Amino acid sequence: MFESFDALFLARFQFAFTIAFHIIFPAFTIGVASYLAVLEGLYLKTRNPVYQQLFRYWVKIFAVAFGMGVVSGIVMSYQFGTNWSVFSDKAGPVIGPLMGYEVLTAFFLEAGFLGVMLFGMNKVGEKLHFFATLMVAVGTAISAFWILSVNSWMQTPAGYAMNEAGQFIVTDWFEVVFNPSFPYRLAHMLLAAYLTVAFVVGAVGAWHLLKDKTNAAARKMFSMAMWMALIVAPLQVLVGDFHGLNTQEHQPAKVAAMEGHFHTEAQAPLYLFGMPNEKTAEVDYALKIPGLASIILKHDINAEVTGLDQFPREDWPPVATVFWAFRIMVGIGVLMVLAGLWSGIQRLRGKLYDNKLLLRFSLFMGPMGFVAVIAGWIVTEVGRQPWVIYGLLRTADAASPIDKAGVAGSLIAFIVVYFLVFGAGTFYILRKMASDPAKVAIPDYAKYKPTMAAERIYDEEA
Amino acid sequence: MDYALIWAILISVSVFAYVALDGFDLGIALLFPWFKKEEDRDVMMNTVAPVWDGNETWLVLGGGGLLAVFPLAYSVLMPALYMPVIAMLLGLIFRGVAFEYRFKTKRAKGIWDLSFIVGSLIAALSQGIMLGAMLQGIQVTDRAYSGGWFDWLTPFTLFCGVAVVIGYMMLGATWLVMKTKGDLQRQSYRAGWYSAILLVACIAFVSLYLPYADPFIAERWFTYPASVGLWALPILLVIITLGLLRSLHKKQEGRPYLWGLGLFLLSFAGFAVSIFPYLVPRSITLWQAAAPDNSLKFLLVGAVFLLPIIFAYTGYTYWVFRGKVDPESGYHD
Ligand code: HDD
Ligand code: HEM
Ligand code: HEM
Repeated sequence: MFESFDALFLARFQFAFTIAFHIIFPAFTIGVASYLAVLEGLYLKTRNPVYQQLFRYWVKIFAVAFGMGVVSGIVMSYQFGTNWSVFSDKAGPVIGPLMGYEVLTAFFLEAGFLGVMLFGMNKVGEKLHFFATLMVAVGTAISAFWILSVNSWMQTPAGYAMNEAGQFIVTDWFEVVFNPSFPYRLAHMLLAAYLTVAFVVGAVGAWHLLKDKTNAAARKMFSMAMWMALIVAPLQVLVGDFHGLNTQEHQPAKVAAMEGHFHTEAQAPLYLFGMPNEKTAEVDYALKIPGLASIILKHDINAEVTGLDQFPREDWPPVATVFWAFRIMVGIGVLMVLAGLWSGIQRLRGKLYDNKLLLRFSLFMGPMGFVAVIAGWIVTEVGRQPWVIYGLLRTADAASPIDKAGVAGSLIAFIVVYFLVFGAGTFYILRKMASDPAKVAIPDYAKYKPTMAAERIYDEEA
Repeated sequence: MDYALIWAILISVSVFAYVALDGFDLGIALLFPWFKKEEDRDVMMNTVAPVWDGNETWLVLGGGGLLAVFPLAYSVLMPALYMPVIAMLLGLIFRGVAFEYRFKTKRAKGIWDLSFIVGSLIAALSQGIMLGAMLQGIQVTDRAYSGGWFDWLTPFTLFCGVAVVIGYMMLGATWLVMKTKGDLQRQSYRAGWYSAILLVACIAFVSLYLPYADPFIAERWFTYPASVGLWALPILLVIITLGLLRSLHKKQEGRPYLWGLGLFLLSFAGFAVSIFPYLVPRSITLWQAAAPDNSLKFLLVGAVFLLPIIFAYTGYTYWVFRGKVDPESGYHD
């Protein structure tokens, strides 16, 4: 089946496949955990039962997604060793401790309080339960902090030296953790998670509003989501712009690939569409706006923009993949801004819940955050190629001594298992989302005995 | 200070915490085939549902910690044990999602029961096989694994796999004894009894076989007078076995699990004695594998500060969910 590929390609494909699945779950759970904390906080403050209903509704969905995040994450932490053993040996002294901190400060925190959050409502009282929810939310954000520090160090290494064994060693931990691309990546990723969830919540709200526009729980959801879209989507575009400028400084070849710039030129054009052709070093079928790339990247139309011709061929990333993934992400970003603005206008007119077209559009935007997240990561990671650690260690030199049959076998197993297991999970989540949030029952905790054992705070499905 | 040694101890603590805690989660699944009633299975699962994720996190700390402080060992062991590691990860996926999925469906509940059982079985078997493969020794050239693709698969490693499966069943059964009542508890006592006897037989066999098969291990255990202290271990084994069987027989609720942990602690100590000072047996010592001191220190500061906090809130979670899981409590009202 895989005759035409080598072991290295299969290992790269396996890593990309498993991480692309994994990132879907954290992107979702980072956002939902915060949303749940907000809902519970609002409930405690206002005592409006609709917040309680929404909390119970989303916590069920959260539980399923979190489970999938955990099991797919454990796969990741072992894959550095199984498939990238040379990388692990060399970079372990730098990135290992950061991931160690992730486990100690984030994973234990999330896991420890998750039990109380899901099963402890009747055992610990409202305040402590809220505290548990907060800890889970904080834990997901801390987790993002450390892992993005790791990834950013691989993009823009800093604070290191080499030892005799060829390992990277640390000269300054602060520089390692807060390496040049880290603040941008962290901000952009966290916002991405919040936006992704905002659009999922908005789509679920829209779905129920399309059936019954008086549904109070659905209205609340939709309104909250559209506020997020209005405020956070433009912010994300801004942060993305800063992120790109920073990348321009540290990884110019990546930005050249993103923009499809084969040639270094002044008044560089912005390609809206086209087919980058690495053989001819031209963008075929280009639709471009002259000078705009110089303006965006240098804030000066006459400034010269570095093209791929400044780099030896063997240091080029795969141009077309990066170019297209970037356009998909940015396109979705623009759509998100539009959705936010449109909802703002409808809200001003007092017709937020009445416009069927807006509701349908929100439904369509529901899954788009995930698409943007994966596209964005493809820009980041494929754009880093041919390096694992930018400028220092080539991907080709980083892999484990595993033969092709071995990697092919594990890759097939991952593909089959992931589609099966996570497909089923997605089905359960979608079915839950289709159920009416206004019908969520709120039990009376006063009637429970305090010694009672773990109660699932959510009910069984038919 | 010898940071590498401190870290070797900390990683061992983490791995032991994993075995002690996730051991009973996995064990419960392994006992499912003998507990056929749906209500019983619901209760069994609910005894661990609030804590399994935290339990599994020790595995992440073990793996992530190895990468951080013994990167060379990590980058040799993972390719050497490629297939069992991947199998374990896939097994953990099947059992991990079952906790949630099982309560989301009536029609497919049986499928997720099966996924829970088979996933746990594969995970436990793979862990035992890895343990056996480490005892066998792992071949290394130039900072990389140089053995064969199937070195991990021998009758001995398979035997270790089965032994770990039985061991986890014993932990699961003694955990259930503590957390349940009525018929379910009675059946758990019985399961605990049989699995304990089988487990001790396995431990005895491995303890006798290894020195016979491996001169390094024989020397470690039978050099007079250096090894005399080690002979406390087999004596303790007899005492703990008797304690475990007696507490099961007298139907003491909380003690069997603790005695069971004692058995695991002993086996763990025996394992450590047999491989020390190697981290990748017979090839790489823990000092050779250690990351530069600077990395060891950086993470140690955090670990010293954070582990007590982790113990505290993990303990709190166990305390919140203390006591029996009562089938009449209507946990799915
Ligand atoms: C909801 C998701 C989402 C949206 C709407 C956007 N992005 Fe993004 N983008 C991501 C989600 C994302 C991401 C998945 O989170 C990435 C991958 C790695 C990272 O740091 O963020 C990313 C990476 C990423 C990079 C790569 C940086 C590097 O690797 O060095 C750039 C330059 C941008 N983004 C820029 C933008 C711009 C200009 C956007 C607005 C139109 C935009 N992004 C919208
Ligand atoms: C934040 C933590 C992450 C780390 C530490 C990380 C690390 C790595 C490593 C070690 C490789 C293999 C070596 C290589 O091919 O360069 C890789 C490749 C890859 N990763 Fe990431 N990654 C992270 C996040 C992500 C995410 C969230 C995605 C989402 C899609 C992603 C997509 C990819 C892709 C597509 C490749 C293959 C690139 C290629 O070889 O062409 N990564 N990453
Ligand atoms: C290659 C890189 C990655 C590795 C090695 C990794 C590792 C892991 C592991 C081991 C878990 C399970 C933790 C548990 O047992 O509770 C996990 C879950 C998680 N990961 Fe990742 N991860 C990677 C990429 C990412 C990225 C890019 C993010 C987000 C920015 C992220 C955020 C999370 C979060 C929030 C969780 C908690 C579980 C959840 O919410 O689904 N991880 N990850």
